[in-house]
Amino acid sequence: MIILPFAIVAGLAACSAPTGPEGINDPYESMNRRVHEFNRNLDAKVVKPATSGLSSGSKDGKRGPASYALEGVGNFGSNLAQPGKAVNHLLQGRPEPAVKTTFRFLVNSTLGLAGFLDPATADFALPEQDTDFGATLAAWGVPEGAYLELPVLGPSTTRDTTGRVVDLVIDPMHLVLDLDEWLIGLGARVVAKAGERARFGDTVDSVLHESADSYAQTRLIWLQHRRHELGEEGEEIDPYAE
Amino acid sequence: MPNETRRGFLWMIGAGLALAATPARALDTAQASALVQKSLDEVYAVINSSQPPAQMYKAFEAIFARYADVDIIARSALGPAARQASAAEFAAYKTAFQGYIGRKYGKRFREFVGSKIEVTGARPVKSFFAVTSVAYLKGRSPMEVEWHVSDKSGQSKYFNIIIEGVNMLASERAEISAMLARRKGDMAGLTQDLQQAG
Repeated sequence: MIILPFAIVAGLAACSAPTGPEGINDPYESMNRRVHEFNRNLDAKVVKPATSGLSSGSKDGKRGPASYALEGVGNFGSNLAQPGKAVNHLLQGRPEPAVKTTFRFLVNSTLGLAGFLDPATADFALPEQDTDFGATLAAWGVPEGAYLELPVLGPSTTRDTTGRVVDLVIDPMHLVLDLDEWLIGLGARVVAKAGERARFGDTVDSVLHESADSYAQTRLIWLQHRRHELGEEGEEIDPYAE
Repeated sequence: MPNETRRGFLWMIGAGLALAATPARALDTAQASALVQKSLDEVYAVINSSQPPAQMYKAFEAIFARYADVDIIARSALGPAARQASAAEFAAYKTAFQGYIGRKYGKRFREFVGSKIEVTGARPVKSFFAVTSVAYLKGRSPMEVEWHVSDKSGQSKYFNIIIEGVNMLASERAEISAMLARRKGDMAGLTQDLQQAG
């Protein structure tokens, strides 16, 4: 269990390849593009129709009961993810967010009625400080690796895909929940994702269904945002110097 | 004693130089921030004006043309093809590009109703200035928005907007090059498509 992360670091560090233009390393592009087409169809035929009624910010600013229910379930799922995030903050050598994340979990699990409400953000100034094992690998100096688009889950990299798998394994909730309960928590997180799809609907549509090359746009936007989160941005563009 | 005096004297020169140098920098960062603030005020005036969308997009396009260096953004988005295009081809493309940006980003601005953006600071980067701001949108965590401002065109204008790390210039480069590839490198075709896109 302790050996595992180190084996992964060694393994991933060995397979860092040179990057192409715009700092994109995409040796599996043809496979990724096929997965992208699958994901795009899935979004158009299933995800978008299923989530279109759930948007929280309707035009007149009013919210339906479905949107509140969705938010509650999303809160519940995201609350169960907090202990795993605390572990990752610790593994990155950041005790302060680890402690705050733990308090957040305790507050929302009790006062927040098992996590359906989020008083930690509203009343205790303990907003979610997002992280994952992919970020931990980045903090340990593991290079980003190749870009990957995963079926259903969407954009990732070899480093982040490894991180996702490790996150499922090292989740401390395994200690207190049995497998069925744990899977319910995971399901609630999927619902939270669906809520995001509804909330960012127009933006997702414009990238996924209106771009000339939606694969390239998704890849670029996702990589830039992820690198920004991890503090790994490239150089600023200076068009006057070109 | 003489040693200390000399050190004190050098320190004073240093402080004097720093003081002399600061106003120029401060003025530039202040100017850059003011430009962003002014264009944001105009964008919000349009957002809150409740005109029909088509009119809003026109208004956004006009603001974009006034405060952004459209020439360099259009040129950079087009990439190497900009050097091969004739002056007339480029001018037609640039006009279409400007309208496309107004519509495409104007649609996004509709989500900004009831929000606010605060300019938080500015710093020199390379040959230009980065103005930082935070966007507070309803029901979302605050977003970092960074504006890159340069006076290389002869006027102070912004040429890039970076939202949570996502870079408008890089994103339009990818999009325009994909649109040009779809037209097999034909500039007139690209211009035609841009007039419909966004």
